[in-house]
Amino acid sequence: MLAGITLDVRPGELVAILGESGVGKSTLLNLIAGLERAESGTVTVDGVDLGPLADNALTAFRRVKIGFVFQAFHLLPYLSVARNVALPLALVGQDGKDAAARVRAMLAAVNLESRADSMPRELSGGELQRVAIARALVHRPAVVLADEPTGNLDPESADGVITLLRECLHAERATGVLVTHSRVAAARADRVLTLTADGLAPTVLS
Amino acid sequence: MSALLAVAHAVTGGAFGQHRGRLVLSVAAIALGVALGFAVALINAAAIGEFTGGMKTLAGEADLEVRGPRGGFAEELYGVLSRDPDVAVASPVVEVDARLAERDDALRIYGIDAFRAAAVTPALVGAADDSLDVLRPGRVFMSPAAAGWLGLQPRATLHVQSGVRDVPLVVAGLAGAASGERFATMDIAAAQDAFARDGLLTRIDLRSRPGVDVAALRARLAATLPPGIAVATPQENAMITARMSRAYRVNLNVLALVALFTGGLLVFSTQALSIVRRRAHIALLRTLGLTRARLIALLVVEGMAVGVAGSLAGLLGGYAIAVVVLRVFGADLGAGFFRGAAPHVAFDPYAAGAFGTLGVAVAVLGSLLPAREAGRAAPAAALKAGDEQQAFARLHHPVAGLAMLAAGVAAALLPPVGGLPVFGYLAIALLLVGTLTLLPWLAVLALERLPSPRAVPAALALAQLRGAPGQATVSLATIVASVALMVSMAIMVGSFRQSLDDWLLRVLPADIYMRAGATGDSAYFSVGDQQAIGVVDGVASVAFLRVQNVLLDPELPRVALLARDLPAADPGSALPLVGDALVLRADDPPPVWVSEAVVDLYGARPGARMQLPLAGRAQTFIVAGVWRDYARQQGALAVDRATYTRLTGDATANDAAIWLASGTTAGQFRERLVLRFPDAARATLVTPGEIRALSMTVFDRTFAVTYGLLAAAIVIGLVGLSSSFGALVLARRREFGMLRHIGMTRRQVAGMLATEGLAVSGLGLAVGMGLGFLMSVILIHVVNRQSFHWSMALHMPWALLAVLAGLLLTLAMATTVVSARQAMGHDAIRAVKDDW
Repeated sequence: MLAGITLDVRPGELVAILGESGVGKSTLLNLIAGLERAESGTVTVDGVDLGPLADNALTAFRRVKIGFVFQAFHLLPYLSVARNVALPLALVGQDGKDAAARVRAMLAAVNLESRADSMPRELSGGELQRVAIARALVHRPAVVLADEPTGNLDPESADGVITLLRECLHAERATGVLVTHSRVAAARADRVLTLTADGLAPTVLS
Repeated sequence: MSALLAVAHAVTGGAFGQHRGRLVLSVAAIALGVALGFAVALINAAAIGEFTGGMKTLAGEADLEVRGPRGGFAEELYGVLSRDPDVAVASPVVEVDARLAERDDALRIYGIDAFRAAAVTPALVGAADDSLDVLRPGRVFMSPAAAGWLGLQPRATLHVQSGVRDVPLVVAGLAGAASGERFATMDIAAAQDAFARDGLLTRIDLRSRPGVDVAALRARLAATLPPGIAVATPQENAMITARMSRAYRVNLNVLALVALFTGGLLVFSTQALSIVRRRAHIALLRTLGLTRARLIALLVVEGMAVGVAGSLAGLLGGYAIAVVVLRVFGADLGAGFFRGAAPHVAFDPYAAGAFGTLGVAVAVLGSLLPAREAGRAAPAAALKAGDEQQAFARLHHPVAGLAMLAAGVAAALLPPVGGLPVFGYLAIALLLVGTLTLLPWLAVLALERLPSPRAVPAALALAQLRGAPGQATVSLATIVASVALMVSMAIMVGSFRQSLDDWLLRVLPADIYMRAGATGDSAYFSVGDQQAIGVVDGVASVAFLRVQNVLLDPELPRVALLARDLPAADPGSALPLVGDALVLRADDPPPVWVSEAVVDLYGARPGARMQLPLAGRAQTFIVAGVWRDYARQQGALAVDRATYTRLTGDATANDAAIWLASGTTAGQFRERLVLRFPDAARATLVTPGEIRALSMTVFDRTFAVTYGLLAAAIVIGLVGLSSSFGALVLARRREFGMLRHIGMTRRQVAGMLATEGLAVSGLGLAVGMGLGFLMSVILIHVVNRQSFHWSMALHMPWALLAVLAGLLLTLAMATTVVSARQAMGHDAIRAVKDDW
């Protein structure tokens, strides 16, 4: 259960949240995404108060404003890399040449343009997560939520993914909230917070 | 051992824990197939065992039986045979199925010479307080089974019908105590007198002298017997009757196998889906050191457990079904083959072993393909998410399926084996299995050709199906098999029913029909009776029919001979001809029109000469045409009545077809008839409408077992379909969770699932309908023709098929909606965090 949480994230900032397992880091992300509702208080994302919104409105908001990077990648196994990246654009009704160009641009940004036609099962873990980052940013969301994005990766790949995520967020001028166990990954953020039963507290990593 | 159990639990624990519902369904499906097959086997064994056992008891010491037409042959033959040096005793018998008064049934009465019978067939000789009763006219001895059935004690009176007159017979005692058959015996001379069989015998039982070679005696006698009379052992004669029901029984067995096949398919789909869900678990175990062979063995044992549970339940259920069915429907399951037998069910360990093993084998086979698929998967690749798309990827080659289809078509063209449509059944099996084998290829072919929709949910649905056709195939197989079975049986039964109705309309043109006796062969109309009927007020015209039975082949049942008014110039006006009638020449022998069964069994063809044994002589006829007859499976011959009377001197009749004058109703005719002709009260009067209604009732009752089996198979198949959809949907919860995260609404996800369900169901429906149609063509033109020797026209029950199609699609949609609701629960959001 989360209580007494106050979190302000500036536009373009990358915030890392550390915490023990089960303390509620994923719940915090779900609240920001509108996937769960707070029993009290307000959740405002990009100027929109999520409280009064009905489920469909929250979904529509999420479709446009939020991007996700998951620990387990969660690419659709029956779609190619390019089509996986294009999925958020399709959901907002964008297709055609502009969408295709945007997909190519995002794949280039994550250095996977040559794998556009590959299927997910043909990629390594690091490559899968880079595809996921491209998908998370292809529709120019205001906020990207990353839940343990390096949890399934080796240290070298993890470092590469975090670097790439930071670069892409910066390039797209998106705000990022990163939930992680890894202090190495957290150290790459602009600000680090630790979530405990008492709430969120700034953390300085040595 | 504990290590082996631990490994087994690691492999199989997920299946039994997570898929309880589907496993129960698989067990039920196997149980149903085993139960039905075992029940049919027990019923068959009870019926035939009782029947042949009863016949054996009655046959007594007889080495040979001489028999001829049902109406009898000249008794002079008895004198010839009794004087044969190799014959110790010859016992003459008159057999009559005497119509019972006030009851729509008949009782077999044997007229015997008590002294001769005592030495050959002692079971027929009655026991009475006054021993002379065995010689007295008007006395009858009942078997205990018959006495109990009719509720008659000694000194009570049994009323039977001869002609249209009542014949009272006093029960003098019991006979045949050791037999469970229903019959009565009386003095032979009294029987000949009572039932107008003067000078005629139905059978002569022979006991040979000690040391005589019975086979040689038989061969010698056969060469000297008049036409239409044959000699055989009592066992052979009993088996001829038993064989009449063989085709019907085999059909029931095949239907039971169909139910078992559906069960096997359900096991396959359950195992396939279960193994796909456990793919990563299994890959982990393989990575840790579980060998491929051991994995396959453990997965097959999983299926075997389902088979064992299903078989045990099926054997118990089968025994219970046999007991109930025998009590309700009788030994012939309503088909009318073993009238008079009162069998009891006995547990047959061999049949139990056979069907139990079959149930286990079907379940093992259903598990084998998924198990081999699991063993084939490379562990490293299988550990990665998304690899389940590769399940059953190797099934896309159509060669085996196409080969089976071709073999099926070829098999359908082959003749029967031992009178059974073995190749017809094989053809159906090959078409079914061949189509199922082709499904992955068909699925890929169809899905690739579908236009890609613009809407995202539909586009994702199609992408999912195209990406994992192997998984779609698992659901498709159940749908295709269920739809094919449903459609083939609906078309076959519908065609048969419509053909029967059309046939009845053709063969019942009169306003009212009068039968001297609805059952038995003791009732008839004399010449005087016929004249009396003809002059009843309100009768416009009347046509009489005489029915006899003649023996054309000693190894086959007697053939019915129908003597009726047949205009040679237009026989089609009186008979439902198949094909054109022969144009007769003036010098041609008298014409006979043969039923389709006579064509199949005796090779008679239009234009061929045919010898018919009439009045003890072989009379030459010319086959003038073929007609369709659904009433007599053993065959029927139609000859002109005037010709028959001229050749035999027999002017009696069994049936009358009456056309009423304008303004006269059937009720009025009945009243006037009884007034003018009181004995007519014993005759049966029915309108064509009543005959049709009764015929359809008998038809439906005969097919009741078929309907029941079909319904069970369909229900199991469709529930299996729901189960497959549900399993696949639940397996993709993480995918749905991700889609909800990135902004797909619940409705859009449900729409995606609905599109998948509709695509798979639609494809399954189309393939199943096509396959079902092909199967129905084989059922109609091969299986039915070779089993029962009658043809029927194909009628498509479009309305029923539309309803079934609608039902299937509705069920598929309902299933996806329910599954989508489950998948869209809150857990789906959290499922993105799940690793397992």
